[in-house]
Formats: sequence, structure tokens, C-alpha cells
Amino acid sequence: MKLHEYQAKSIFADAGIPVPDSRLATSVEEALDAVDEIGYPAAIKAQVHVGGRGKAGGIKIATDRDEAEQYAEEILGMDLKGYTVETVLVEAGVDFVDELYVGVTMDRGEGEPVLMVSTEGGVDIEEVAAETPDAIAREHVDPAFGLHPYQARKVVYEAGVDADVALDVASILSTLYDLYEDSDASEIEVNPVMVTSDRDVVAADAVMNVDEDALFRQPDLAEMAEESYEDDLERKAGEYGFDYVRLSGNVGIIGNGAGLVMTTLDLVDYYGGSPANFLDIGGGAKADRVANALDMVFSDENVDAVVFNIFGGITRGDEVAKGINEALEQFDEIPKQVVVRLAGTNAAEGMEILNTDLVEVEETLEDAVQRAVKNAEEVTQ
Amino acid sequence: MSIFVDDDTRVVVQGITGGEGKFHAEQMIEYGTNVVAGAVPGKGGQEAAGVPVYDTVDEAVEAEDADASVIFVPPAFAADAIFEALDTDLDLAVAITEGIPTQDMAKVNRRLSETDTRLLGPNCPGIITPGEAKLGILPGNIFADGNVGLVSRSGTLTYQVVDNLTERGIGQTTAIGIGGDPIIGTSFIDALEAFEADTETDAVVMCGEIGGEDEEEAAAFIGEHMDTPVAGFIAGRTAPPGKRMGHAGAIVSGSGTGTAESKIDALNDAGVPVGDTPEEVADHVESFL
Repeated sequence: MKLHEYQAKSIFADAGIPVPDSRLATSVEEALDAVDEIGYPAAIKAQVHVGGRGKAGGIKIATDRDEAEQYAEEILGMDLKGYTVETVLVEAGVDFVDELYVGVTMDRGEGEPVLMVSTEGGVDIEEVAAETPDAIAREHVDPAFGLHPYQARKVVYEAGVDADVALDVASILSTLYDLYEDSDASEIEVNPVMVTSDRDVVAADAVMNVDEDALFRQPDLAEMAEESYEDDLERKAGEYGFDYVRLSGNVGIIGNGAGLVMTTLDLVDYYGGSPANFLDIGGGAKADRVANALDMVFSDENVDAVVFNIFGGITRGDEVAKGINEALEQFDEIPKQVVVRLAGTNAAEGMEILNTDLVEVEETLEDAVQRAVKNAEEVTQ
Repeated sequence: MSIFVDDDTRVVVQGITGGEGKFHAEQMIEYGTNVVAGAVPGKGGQEAAGVPVYDTVDEAVEAEDADASVIFVPPAFAADAIFEALDTDLDLAVAITEGIPTQDMAKVNRRLSETDTRLLGPNCPGIITPGEAKLGILPGNIFADGNVGLVSRSGTLTYQVVDNLTERGIGQTTAIGIGGDPIIGTSFIDALEAFEADTETDAVVMCGEIGGEDEEEAAAFIGEHMDTPVAGFIAGRTAPPGKRMGHAGAIVSGSGTGTAESKIDALNDAGVPVGDTPEEVADHVESFL
């Protein structure tokens, strides 16, 4: 779960990390009131869950009231990589001489949290990692003991941070680690930490992502979750509780189990089609979930044909068949041609029940995908 | 022969009185697995799936001489259940549970480095040695006894590939689902190493997916240390960057690591043919035998 910059910053500020003075605004008037209080220069920053906001035009620095008005008008309501900007953070500009990167994340290869510090802040850290990996100093933390304070100092000195601000930066890093642990964060970073001409350090940006699997014990953070889906279908998938990702093709895909659904997408592509979505109905799905899944792909106007592939372990073929029948029998005319392939637990029982007047049936995954690709081609011809 | 489990394996089921725990304990017993006990706090003295239930894993091991456990415990309590299994010095703990907080797993992983217990999973379908033992939720009827080892991150993809093999009369020594989470107990390399050492395994199938670098590391291991031929499959070629494809671990990062292409290239460089379809994987395996 991603937090907005303003949410992360308020958590950081409560924990004692210095952040610039700021106000939240949802209209141009509010934004102007905010700059009147804060003064110039002021940064106007789109609050949406996408990276690279600056490059995409979602962050502007206003040096007077006219600019502030112009930028607030531009940014509020703009489309930023598929997300509409509804809120901006108006923040005091920082007169900086240096930009640093500090962060904490899980090194999945090592199975341990890792602290990261770089003097090349203010740019995409993943690019730095790919191009000049030596520019990032790293320190792993033993999860049995947590962070020893010396480790934060060590990694900051190792990164080559100026000696006069090193301890302040180490203190920010140490606080970030505490937040990382206490909040079940999956990732937490400040990029950049700005060093001012007065040699103060300020967290000018804030990224905090929380492990969704831990939200049951993070009620305050769970409340901060803001539904922000790229489109209505993703919102609907969220309501139905499906793992769903929308793509740009026209073959709708429903299946069970992440690996097998990914494979089905890959096969659609391999046989010359184009997948419209990833939709995993999960293990042990009953008839109503099956019907909801069909509703999802039928509601996608890009979809011209559907492949429904189930390999049952804990999912039972007869339950799936029942759900498909129930969902399709409601229609006078089936909205999109559905090819079904059932294998595994109770597949034979499922095939017996399945109403083959309403769907096409194939025995193998390969055949089912090829038929759906062909069906989609016929619709677009 | 087989790896990790066989008909001598004595299994305790943690969470045996829950819906899933009970159902799958019954399925395991029906398959012929030696399920000897259940462990559920507060339910000691009862019986479930036809076996005695104990309050602690320790008591179950003491009374029934169990040496492996299968964990069907909800995510909030699962890390604790794994610690209990590790602290009881079992040979094997199989964690089926999906959705365990990652920082819990980091602590489990740390403890694991100090014990001799093998952890499989979490978020995995389990392990099966056809005709001998099944620990987990895999549908037993699609497997057949034979000489091909299989290791996979995904449950249903395992079933698909096994089906393609069994249909052709190619059976399996042992099939293992290692799990789709970012931090897991048994890696591809652990399984590959065991298959390489197993005299009855004549070929191995490795099914990976996008995310992380485990497949690349496994490819390097195969190139350097394996004589047994390996065929590969990688799911997620069409996955867009930055999107989590179902599994918590299945994500291509913004900087382009974890892609299907990088994994396929690494496997090919190690001499491992990678099938474009599950059927092609079976073709490769057939050509090895």
C-alpha cells in the first residue's frame, strides 16, 4: 500500500524528521491561501501514487503569486500517468546546496532489511543503482537485533556525506529504520534529503509503502489507504477481491493461481493474440466468484473474446462450471464468446455440468488459448 | 528414491482443526501420507481427521515421533507457528499460508539460518513424492511415480506442467512448490542440489516467474554444478513493469530487473532449454530421457 507524500511527511514529522512547512490544497483558491502563508519560492506538488512526478509536470516551483495560480491551475485536475490529480501539497521551497538519498527496503535476496545512502540524490535512484551501483552505500540489518545506531553512521560516512551534516543524516536514517519496523513498511525513502546553505538537513520528499499483508496490525495506516485505481475496472476488481491487472489487448483472461494465469497471458501473446488483463480468481473459488470474474471481463470494452482456464487443486471444476452456467444463463445473448478449459479436481464433473450451448470447450491449455485468440480475431475483422 | 519426503515421513499438521487444515489433512491421509498428529493450541486431547491433536508441536513430536509439519495457520499467527516448528527441530516444515507479513518472514529466515530444519514456503502448494507422501494441497491424482524432478514457484503452474508430463507417461520422483513470496525457506538452488544428488532423478523441470533474481542464481548453479539435464519455463513474459502479478514476489521492478527475458537468457546461457509453452517443456524433458 502506497502512502501519499503528504501522509508520509506527516508521519516523518511526528517522528522528528525535519520537513519543509507545507499545506494541503484541493482547489486553486486553497493553494493560493497556502502560498500566502508560506511565502516564496513555493513548490506545488501533485499528490498521486506515481513515480517521476517532476518529469511528468506534476511538480512546479512558483516564485510569485501569478506563477502559483498558473501552476495550481495546471496541476489540479491534470492527468498524471492515468491518475487525476485531486490534491496538491504546497510546500516552502528549500534553498539547497546538496541533495542526498536515504532509504530502507527489504533485500529479498538476503532476506534482510538494507539501509541505502547516496550523495547522488534528487534523481531516480533505480537509475543510479543500474548505472553507478558504487554510488550507493548499503548496510544490512540483522532482523533479530534491529538497527544498531553505529550502522546508520557507518553507511552515511561510507557514502561520502559531508562530515558536518553526517550525524544529522544518520539520525534521519535511524528514525526511518524505526518507522520501517514499527509501520511494517516495505519501502521507505527520502529522495532528496536537502542540505541547505546553512548546513541544515530537510526531508524534501517522502516515499513510504506499507506491506499490505501487515495492515491487520497497522490500523492507523490502513485508514490512510486511499483507493486510487487507474480505472473503474481496477476499482471493481478491488471490490470483488481479485488480483487484477489491466493490459491493452483484446483477449480477456480468467484463471486460478498467479503462475498459471501469467502463463495464459504469455500463451495468448505467443499464439499471436494480445492479452486484455490478468485476473486470478484465487484458490477454492465458488460459483459467485466465477460469476464476478466473468462480469469483470465482460465490462471491459476492449475485450473481444475470453479464455477461462482452471487447473483445480483446491478449486473444484464442478463449482466453476456451475458459476459459469449461472452467469451466462442470465444473458439473452452472450456478450463475448467464452472458451473454457477445466482440468484437475472434479474437472470431469464440471465438464458434465457445463452448458456447452453457451461456451466453447477445449481440453488443453494450448488449444483453449488458440481458440480464444482466433475468436478475438474474428470479432475485429 | 525421492527428495525431502517419502513413505517414512511422519507428519504433524499445525492448524488441523481449521477448515482447510482438516480438509487437507484428510486428503493427505487418503493419499497415503503418514499423518500422525495435529497441533492446535487449546485443542489438545481432541481428535481431528482421525488423528490425535496436541496443544503444542513439541507434545505431538514427543508422543507420535513426528519429523515433519504442514502449517495451515492464518497469516497473523503463521510466523509464530513456523517458529514453533523450527524450535522443535523437525526435519521439514511446509508453510502453506499465504499473506504472512514480510518482516515476520525476515525474522523466520534469520532463525532458519541457525537450525537444521528445512522450511518449504510459505505461500506454497507443498511437496509430493508420488505414491509415497503428499504434504500440502497438491491434487494427488495428476502425479505419477517416475524419474523427473520438478521445482516451481507456483502451484497451479506446477499442476499444468505435471499434467503435460503425466499425460505422456513421464512420472515424477518428487515435485516441489517453493512458494511465490519474496522471502522463502527453500530456494530453487536447494531443490536443484537435492535433485542432482538423487540417483533416481534423471531430469529436472524448473518453473520460474518474473520478480527477484532467484532464477538467474539458479541458472548459474545449474551451469556450474549439475550434470542432470534441466528444462525450464518462465511465466510472466507479458507482465508490465511495476505491477504485482498476483504473487507478492511477482513484480518486474521499474529499473528492469526481474524480467522474464533476463531469466530466460540466464537459463539458456546455462544450457537449459526454456519452453515457450508447457507442452514444449514436456518435449524437452522427453528428449532428455
